[in-house]
Amino acid sequence: MAEINQGVRETVNSQAAQAFYRTLSQAAISALTPIAAVLVALAFGALLLWLNGFNGSDVVTVMVFGSFQDIRSVGEILLKATPLILIGAGLCVAFRCSIWNIGAEGQLYVGAIAATLVGTSIDGLSVWVHAPLVMLAGALAGAAWAGIAGYLKVRFQASEIVTTIMLNYIALILTSYLVTGPMRDASAAYPQSARLVREAWTPRLVTDLRLHIGILVAVVLAVALYIFLRRSSRGFALRVVGLNPHAARYAGMNVARNIMIAMCISGAMAGLAGAFEVAGVTRRLYQNISPGYGFEGIAVALLAGNNPLAAILSGGLFATLRSGSEVLQITSQVPQVLVLVIQGIVILSVVAFAKLRDILRTVA
Amino acid sequence: MDDMTSLTFLAALVGAAWRLATPLIFASIGEVFSERAGVLNIGLEGTMLVGAFCGFAAASATGNIPLGLSAGVAGGMLFGLVFAFFTITIKADQIVVGAALNLLGMGLTAFLFRTYYVSTGKGIEIAQPVHIPWLSDLPFLGEAFFRQNLIVYSTILVAIVATLVLYRTSFGLTLRAVGEHPKAVDVAGRSVVGYRYAAVLVGTGLAGLGGAFLTLGHSNQFVEGITSGRGFIALAVVVFARWSPIGAFFVSLLFGLFYALQLMLQAQASIVVPYQVLQALPYIMTIVTLVAFRGKGAAPSKLGQPYEMR
Repeated sequence: MAEINQGVRETVNSQAAQAFYRTLSQAAISALTPIAAVLVALAFGALLLWLNGFNGSDVVTVMVFGSFQDIRSVGEILLKATPLILIGAGLCVAFRCSIWNIGAEGQLYVGAIAATLVGTSIDGLSVWVHAPLVMLAGALAGAAWAGIAGYLKVRFQASEIVTTIMLNYIALILTSYLVTGPMRDASAAYPQSARLVREAWTPRLVTDLRLHIGILVAVVLAVALYIFLRRSSRGFALRVVGLNPHAARYAGMNVARNIMIAMCISGAMAGLAGAFEVAGVTRRLYQNISPGYGFEGIAVALLAGNNPLAAILSGGLFATLRSGSEVLQITSQVPQVLVLVIQGIVILSVVAFAKLRDILRTVA
Repeated sequence: MDDMTSLTFLAALVGAAWRLATPLIFASIGEVFSERAGVLNIGLEGTMLVGAFCGFAAASATGNIPLGLSAGVAGGMLFGLVFAFFTITIKADQIVVGAALNLLGMGLTAFLFRTYYVSTGKGIEIAQPVHIPWLSDLPFLGEAFFRQNLIVYSTILVAIVATLVLYRTSFGLTLRAVGEHPKAVDVAGRSVVGYRYAAVLVGTGLAGLGGAFLTLGHSNQFVEGITSGRGFIALAVVVFARWSPIGAFFVSLLFGLFYALQLMLQAQASIVVPYQVLQALPYIMTIVTLVAFRGKGAAPSKLGQPYEMR
């Protein structure tokens, strides 16, 4: 009897051990996939550079490590990581719900416009009120702009891919209209808005760096969205709608409402990113306030496997590559748009490796 | 404006509308093929950019426009091959792959342009208008329809051939079946994968041609992001056109009219609206179009879904 018990215990133990190793190896594979994807993309970038007469491997080294020179350059990386983490984490929520919000760029711009309005039109508030108010305005405007596409989808089945992209162009044109027209600072030579009042500025993290508290907000919100998706019943509903809307409807979930929520969360995050760009970095609204953070955020989310927690890392990585490519543009005249190529290859590699993993899993 | 000048204005407007519709006509008819076979290619924008760049590069090297157009088609199809491999062979999500190809198309063309061409600033000889004898001298109609370049005229041919192929050949019938009921095609012993590859290649080849028109038949230069959203607008055109090539031709003309109106009204000093309102017109109309002419019922039933063989 004791022997049998012993045997049972051993079986259980070895099963537990197997389960443990399986989880561990799966976690390892999940972590390796994005790393492998980035390496493939960098290799492709090096090849492209080499084919066009640049020293490929040198260039890639600079791209990855070039911007880690001193505390200031690290601060600049984190400054760039802020909008990428915000947008990337927000898009994770939308993509988990199978909502293809390609409109983060436009949502960022609308958030920047709203933040500028609130930051320039009100005066005399305490920084404790005004700075958060600016952020809130940006987030609400971004959510509303995304909400248009969400509404058109749930009400008229209009493809959100097309509507969000069109809303991008419209937001950019709107910004151009505002800074050349009604919101233009007449005293400035270049089309730009008036400066935000000092109390509206996002507080800096370290006094002599440009880095502001936005990076902390981004990380906290990314963690919050991770918990929201994983642990809350609303997060569960969003994921079910994303996997199978018919099943969700059958289970009594309101598909339209979940789509709207996913859309508005991702829009709010992008709008907040826009608010931080004006209130934390430029202090004014310009025509080209974003170098394409909204599009880069898509790559951030996909590299993170639509996991907001992982988006912190992938956002940091893309910010590093972007900073590195700026160094490159100055030191070796490599066009900075190389970053876009690397982003594209990262997405394709993630897709390819995920498929490869599935195949390996079915074989094993 | 008296009657005479307003008529000239109208003729010029219609002529410009057809010219500006040309890239959309090619891209949207191509996308009709792709979507009829069940493949939604949102990478159209990147594909058109590649076509525009390849066309420009080939024509600036050789001075030969037909060669440039062929290079545009080839570049588009090369991109199509990548798209097809990822979405059809390894069955990856079509939207994700399309988004990646847009980034890639934007990045590659801008990178190569800045590396090789941006400092030269050299334009190329573009296709010249061909005045059709007698007809081009007609009042109004001549200016509007018979003084275009050959690429613009060819859109009619493409629309007719596309319609015949899609509805009057066994290839077209099978292609449509692949988008509606791939299993039936599979059981009948034809290759779903093969037909989808063919459809994507037709689609991206035409998108490449549409892009090449921008540099070879319209502006004489490549500019980064020269397509400015036409690839996405083409996607909306396909919905509005209910997945029909002739429909895509006419809906594209309508969008061409929005573009033309925008350009010609901007040139009119008397217009009081801010030019940005006109600039936004094609994009706003795209959204209006999607909402007003939603045609879920007409969409191929397997649009966007990979085919799993059993």
